[in-house]
Amino acid sequence: MKKTVILEDLDCAHCAGKIEEAVNELKDVEKCSVNFLTQKMIIDADEAAMDGVLKEAKKIVKKIEPDVTFTVK
Amino acid sequence: MTKKLKKRLYRIIAGAVCYAACMAMEKLAPVSNNVLLIAFLVTYFIIGGDVLKGAAQNIIKGQIFDEKFLMVIATIGAFLSSQYPEAVAVMLFYQIGEWFQSYAVNKSRRSIKDLMDIRPDYANVYNEAGELVSVDPDEVSIGTTIVVKPGEKIPLDGEVIKGETSLDTMALTGESLPREIRTGDEVISGCINLSGVIEVKTNKEFGESTVAKILNLVENATAKKAEAENFISKFAKYYTPIVVFLAVALAIIPSVITGAWGKWVYRALCFLVISCPCALVISIPLSFFGGIGAASKAGILVKGSNYLEALANAETIVMDKTGTLTKGQFAVTKIMAVNESEQRVLAYGAFAERLSTHPISKSIMAAYQQKNGDMTIMSSNEAVEEKAGFGVVAQKDGGKIAVGNEKLMAHVLGADAWAACKEKYLAGEKALSEGTICHIAYNDVYWGFLLIEDQLKEDAAECVTGLKKAGMRLVMLTGDQKGVADKVAGQLGITEYYAELLPGDKVDHVEKLLAEKSEKGKLIFVGDGINDAPVLARADIGIAMGGLGSDAAIEAADIVIMTDEPAKITTAMHISKKTLEIVKQNIIFAIGVKILVLILAALGVASMWWAVFADVGVAFIAILNAMRALKLK
Repeated sequence: MKKTVILEDLDCAHCAGKIEEAVNELKDVEKCSVNFLTQKMIIDADEAAMDGVLKEAKKIVKKIEPDVTFTVK
Repeated sequence: MTKKLKKRLYRIIAGAVCYAACMAMEKLAPVSNNVLLIAFLVTYFIIGGDVLKGAAQNIIKGQIFDEKFLMVIATIGAFLSSQYPEAVAVMLFYQIGEWFQSYAVNKSRRSIKDLMDIRPDYANVYNEAGELVSVDPDEVSIGTTIVVKPGEKIPLDGEVIKGETSLDTMALTGESLPREIRTGDEVISGCINLSGVIEVKTNKEFGESTVAKILNLVENATAKKAEAENFISKFAKYYTPIVVFLAVALAIIPSVITGAWGKWVYRALCFLVISCPCALVISIPLSFFGGIGAASKAGILVKGSNYLEALANAETIVMDKTGTLTKGQFAVTKIMAVNESEQRVLAYGAFAERLSTHPISKSIMAAYQQKNGDMTIMSSNEAVEEKAGFGVVAQKDGGKIAVGNEKLMAHVLGADAWAACKEKYLAGEKALSEGTICHIAYNDVYWGFLLIEDQLKEDAAECVTGLKKAGMRLVMLTGDQKGVADKVAGQLGITEYYAELLPGDKVDHVEKLLAEKSEKGKLIFVGDGINDAPVLARADIGIAMGGLGSDAAIEAADIVIMTDEPAKITTAMHISKKTLEIVKQNIIFAIGVKILVLILAALGVASMWWAVFADVGVAFIAILNAMRALKLK
């Protein structure tokens, strides 16, 4: 299943790339893409593992860009 | 301007004023070094407080070597070597650059938002008390009646059950002419209602509606990355460690030899500031996004940056005939009359076909209506007998009209008489192979025939000329008979075409053409998306025509042209080429300036000022350049 996450105040393109790379390396993540311009992250992962994936993704975002607000749509 | 940006701007201005005051104090007032240091430090914190904080946070998390960290190291270095004005000025300059960069990103985000401004905010529905209320389109279920007033966006796809109006489809199709809509017509979400109030019975949920699909598609298009973007990611992977390594070498080796540590460490810091690949990392995806946005403004949906990129390298274009170059609508283009006037041949033909709903029959009726206007004789209820595979036989004025193919003629006139008739009237008649022929006989006397042909699209010729001018190999494929293909190809100036193909044959032809093109060149297939899904999938780039209202076409293709205009293909190729041009300019400009300044910094010519420019200044210029892609036409 796919989930969209809004990354408000994502202002650094380089960091967007880093976030994308890190989330893609998570176990259970099929594919993750971060769109710097629309400030959205789309995560494709197994439905059962989704909650865990989102939690991990949030940690990654907070680590790389602490100012970003992480909202699951 | 956002609140955050405004706050940053005020801080920069305040910092600049303080900086000027410090400079004045240094030059004019006789103050001690300590007072001066304090004044400059205060200014430094006003300007770069957030940078210091960010750098500290990153170090705690083990993330070193980001821009902020480098700026802090560089400026602290300047303070330590007693160059206070330079320390503050470099931080100020860096903040100004960052501000402009954010401003440009913000601006492009807003332009993109405007582009996406087709999302309807609400739908008007009747509540239980029968009053009209506005609700979120997401909450409206299938089969609900919604009311759309003039000036409002149609929130959901559906069928008009009351009222008539004209619709502005500009945002979806790029088409400026309004579309006339009456009761019974299908309407598509995202169009703007211009004149009348209409009631629409919805037939899709919001998530499945056209507007939601389009938005989703455009927003996610950048997830499919172009080769140029992958190149940048790969480049950054090798580039950053190399630069860091060089900087370390630059700081240590000459220092050990000469002993001038301060000088060489400073140069190494400049090196690190210059190296940030931000200009490329932001501007390349932004260019692609802009190009995709510009295309969607013109009614061309591109499903991925990779497709936009591939389009610029297109070498072969394979076009289906029906529905792509021709309208797929039939019209009577020739009346051949023997033994009778053309007028009566058409009238009797139309009369016999009046009850049929076949497209061919309808085209004969339409031709009659166009010539006569008066349709009263058509309401006659005299008998019509349909002979499947042959044509129709009808009664009129006590006589018998036969309208159909050669088999029917042979049947009603007798095989020998028909052969003689053909010999006499039809020998060498070219029209017989150019389309569908309806022969007409009245009371067993041959009267002539009607030629019914598909119509060329108005801009088909323009499309072909444009593609040829671009140096493309153009191939037309069709399932139609050879005579029809000959004529269409002749009219449009297409020299390579294959006719009488079965759907499987089209795939074979595309395979063959794929093998013949060069390694780097791409093959485009253009179809109407209805039965050519396998070919659309096989081609490097599948383009479907007439996507508005056709889910199948939107699903199957890589690029969807919302209108029926083939000339949009050349528009799409133009946007693609221009976008790639911008991308190349940015890559060359950014890498070029950086390498140049890196060399100058190593030689000691470029100071920290230059370094900051090579970082944020270049990024700002690259972003501005990338934003041009949004305005392509």
